[in-house]
Amino acid sequence: MSTISPILEVAGLTKHFPILRGLLSRTVGHVQAVDGVSFTLQAGETLCIVGESGCGKSTVGRCILRLIEPSAGTVKLDGVDITGLDENGMRPYRQRMQIVFQDPYASLNPRLRAGEIVGEPLENFGLAHGAERRDKVARLLERVGLRAEAMDRFPFEFSGGQRQRLGLARALAPSPRVIVADEPVSALDVSVQAQVLNLMIDLQEEFGVAYLFISHDLGVVEHIADRIAVMYLGQIVELADKTALFETPLHPYTEALLAAAPIADPGARRERLILEGDVPSPINPPAGCRFHTRCPYAVARCRVDTPALREVAPRHWTACHLREPGAAPGPLKRPG
Amino acid sequence: MTTAIIAADCPAPAIADRLRIFARRNPTIAIGGTLLALVSLAAAAAPLIAGDPIVFMPINRLKPPSDEFLLGTDSLGRDVFARTIYGARISLLVGLTVALFAVAIGLGIGLASGYYRRVDAVVMRLMDGIMAIPAILLAIALVSVMGSSVRVVIVAIAIPEIPRVARLVRSVVLSVRELPYVDAARASGSKVRKILLRHILPSTIPPLIVQATYICASAILVEAGLSFLGAGTPPEFPTWGNMIAQSRLYLAIAPWTIFAPGACLALVVLSINLLGDGLRDRLDPRLARRM
Repeated sequence: MSTISPILEVAGLTKHFPILRGLLSRTVGHVQAVDGVSFTLQAGETLCIVGESGCGKSTVGRCILRLIEPSAGTVKLDGVDITGLDENGMRPYRQRMQIVFQDPYASLNPRLRAGEIVGEPLENFGLAHGAERRDKVARLLERVGLRAEAMDRFPFEFSGGQRQRLGLARALAPSPRVIVADEPVSALDVSVQAQVLNLMIDLQEEFGVAYLFISHDLGVVEHIADRIAVMYLGQIVELADKTALFETPLHPYTEALLAAAPIADPGARRERLILEGDVPSPINPPAGCRFHTRCPYAVARCRVDTPALREVAPRHWTACHLREPGAAPGPLKRPG
Repeated sequence: MTTAIIAADCPAPAIADRLRIFARRNPTIAIGGTLLALVSLAAAAAPLIAGDPIVFMPINRLKPPSDEFLLGTDSLGRDVFARTIYGARISLLVGLTVALFAVAIGLGIGLASGYYRRVDAVVMRLMDGIMAIPAILLAIALVSVMGSSVRVVIVAIAIPEIPRVARLVRSVVLSVRELPYVDAARASGSKVRKILLRHILPSTIPPLIVQATYICASAILVEAGLSFLGAGTPPEFPTWGNMIAQSRLYLAIAPWTIFAPGACLALVVLSINLLGDGLRDRLDPRLARRM
């Protein structure tokens, strides 16, 4: 897979939101929402970004689509850096990259009919006109499990799951190669979540689209991911294939995250790593490793040096001083 | 929603029944709208229902209301009923055009400054400046420079209203532009113009309609004030303001001369405000849900 050039290459992506104060809107600091995030996405694969709320995972998605402007870093789509493009230059690339939002209510314009919503990208990119567009919209609606007649209805006439299907149909309309799915099922009931996830998997097989799937729910991630990137305080701390990450997590934060996920077996017992304290403020992130304030294994070096994301095992990257490339992925020792 | 379902399931009720149901649910809209419709109708049909509002008949000075002169005559022997009806034309014309003018310009400014932050910084400071000018003072200044005409009055009253509209529109744009469906439109390749017109503009319409009614009511009052001061509409046109001004000397002996324009002014402003309140309750989703 790595021999093929990736469809999406993100390098050093950074987003610092300025904090403005006072009469003259002086910048008194920055919220370091995303800090030096790099990864690649291959055609047709699903890369999940997981992390707790506020870790910057949604900001990554929005920066890639240039819905917010990244402060630094590059985003290459099919080898072309799109971060410097103006709105007109950006338009052809927008066709190849679409987004599905978390909130199935706020993401559909309440005043437009379903057909207009799904047909809008077709209209904008000049992909289909008149009766042809209607046909195409009808096919898309049927493909996501809605009836073609639904195109004349307004968003409020649909349920949450149906609305998310509409969102998917809109994202698929211009035949994109990448879909950023920003917590697409978090707002849905569990039973509906499964339906929408399975639909997304089917659509991926059919259209060969790659997903950048943003989620905080490890159960969902386990179901859909090929690879997983774990984010903490604006940085990727671990990036690996799904099975490797679930079976041998290398970063202490990943370990804690997996330990916190519930297991559907009341008899199950396991060694639990429970984190203490809160996530530090992204305005003044800790020096060194950002996780050192809560890491039970932290040593002196962690408070000073920022660990780089290194390939510690084949296709398994982590940003931790305690993991040397080639070393056995055994459990870490608590200092003292 | 419920009304739509009822309408689809049952045979359509007669128009009269539907109007009655609507009036019971929205009494303020019904009362304000009916009064306003009656006044507008009278103003439109003025030449048919009223006599000459301008001709002097000194022999008929200060006649009390009678069969011949429905609301009596004023100090120059002019028919108060005819003058009141014709006065409604000026009031409604000024109210309506000021509202349209202020909304049209304010909408454009508000959309632009809500969406473009650079425009916002400059234009909104300008709007703050305009807001500080009282409509009456601006009107007096403009009339003294450009001469008195209805057009000048309309422009003078509309200018200070523009910032209010622009601020309202801007605030709606600022909140709507952050909604995911606007991001979705951008991601789908919509151009700025389309995003503004198709996805943002419709949300500004309901509060704008309400604001327009208030602007209309206040414009009618300001116009009456200007006419009263003699700084507005040329004095040969009958307006409620100059009728009140000319009649105030005869208040003790001929109260009907001041009663008719005064009552009409109060009634029209009240009915427009009632209409505006009713529309606000109906169009504002937060208030509508509570009902």
